[in-house]
Amino acid sequence: MLNARDILETITMIQDEHLDVRTITMGISLLDCCHSDVDVMCQRVYDKITRYAKDLVRTGEQIEKELGIPIINKRISVTPAAMILAACENKDAVKLAKTLERAAVTCGVNFLGGFSALVQKGFGPGDKELIEAIPEALSVTDHICSSVNIGSTKAGINMDAVALMGKVVRKSAELTADRDCIGPAKLVVFCNAPEDNPFMAGAFHGAGEPDCVINVGVSGPGVVRAALAKAGDCDLTAVADLIKKTAFKITRMGQLVATEASRRLGVPFGIVDLSLAPTPAIGDSVAHILEEMGLECCGCHGTTAALALLNDAVKKGGVMASSHVGGLSGAFIPVTEDAGMIDAARCGALTLNKLEAMTAVCSVGLDMINIPGDTPAEVISAIIADEAAIGMVNSKTTAVRVIPAIGKQVGEELSFGGLLGSGPVMPLSTYSPAKFIRRGGRIPAPMQSLKN
Amino acid sequence: MRAVITVIGKDMVGILAKVSTECSNHNINVLEVTQSILQDLFAMIMMVDFSKSDIPFTEFSDMLGKMGNEMGLSIHVMHEDIFNAMHTI
Repeated sequence: MLNARDILETITMIQDEHLDVRTITMGISLLDCCHSDVDVMCQRVYDKITRYAKDLVRTGEQIEKELGIPIINKRISVTPAAMILAACENKDAVKLAKTLERAAVTCGVNFLGGFSALVQKGFGPGDKELIEAIPEALSVTDHICSSVNIGSTKAGINMDAVALMGKVVRKSAELTADRDCIGPAKLVVFCNAPEDNPFMAGAFHGAGEPDCVINVGVSGPGVVRAALAKAGDCDLTAVADLIKKTAFKITRMGQLVATEASRRLGVPFGIVDLSLAPTPAIGDSVAHILEEMGLECCGCHGTTAALALLNDAVKKGGVMASSHVGGLSGAFIPVTEDAGMIDAARCGALTLNKLEAMTAVCSVGLDMINIPGDTPAEVISAIIADEAAIGMVNSKTTAVRVIPAIGKQVGEELSFGGLLGSGPVMPLSTYSPAKFIRRGGRIPAPMQSLKN
Repeated sequence: MRAVITVIGKDMVGILAKVSTECSNHNINVLEVTQSILQDLFAMIMMVDFSKSDIPFTEFSDMLGKMGNEMGLSIHVMHEDIFNAMHTI
């Protein structure tokens, strides 16, 4: 029989330490929905998504019940919308966004990602139309998430797209100013975007993916923190070992849910994303893991090193537990979605400069950070450029999801509700990068890209 | 399929009897039982065989959960696979 201690450990993880599967995300290719008439295309898109994902939520709930593991989100990711928009004579991107919204509501999913464009080397047909429509699309929909990939290690950074995205992020906030600027909370600007990421807001279904696929994102910062708390005073080698063991267990659960969902839905299993994804709930914080390691407050000196250890150990522990690992895989540091990060930002211990350093060693980037409402578009572009440079040079995914708090200043707060959380407006450098951003062009791919 | 029933809470008379009666009412065979006191809490773990049950798994799980609430206990019924996945290589 199973060991009683193991059984009780699992129950405690789920009951008291917020262990859950964060998301089952169904990736659906829309490449076969292309048509020169945008209305015909929208109908095909709606039909295909609702046909493929009709049982997704119900199956997710069944698995949740039978295995006894909470599955928080059921989501859909689709082919970057700009790719299918390219075929239309009338490139009405907002109409497509509304169609995707309608499909998401019909299927009952929490979010649908893929209102996206990949422009790391330049704009293709449909890309500019889609990007310019992002602010309106995000303001008239509730479930649609958008992402734009503006750089990669192989292609360098498209600085024209970076300049444009600064304006798009700002405009998205302006159009949703009456709803705590929720627009840009659903928009990610990527460098090296993964094509199989199940997490929002950056999920999309890459061009190299199969017709339909199931990807699962695990979570469990609370479990890691609790394990460290129980371990007491041990050295960092033991800390890394303990995190690896915990990550293994968490990921095994994700793998089980993924295989089960794939079997029941008759859809191939893609990947498990080994991520520590925090929520604003107490006891579900990545910052608290770093503090459990011995930092007085997340953001103090030593935070980058602690995060590097955590991120690496999560991957090492998780990779053997799953047959296919992918997506973002690592520790997330979204400020407004993490109770510990929110506190650290409020008390001033966590600054944007420290967060930028942390993004060099964690799985994503500057995530869910509220910035002053009067921040010019060029400054947002420069933040994106800095972050993309870190990703490009280090051959890793980086991203920017900042929320200009229209009408608000440093110290005031934005509250989005749900998993998106709330947090203070953080200060930025007030010196201008405008001339640098106006230059446009491309930052050439670094030496690291020449691996062949 | 096999499932694991865990009962955690304050010890009292008749817990084992009540849970096993529900199992027998629905033709669920109890394979193994262990009991222990963990940090002043009563913890009982039952391995049961669900293959000949006359009731859907989720319905049974809801029913025991509800019974647990009424008795001030936390009762979970979970598929065996979750524990195997997590604790064996």
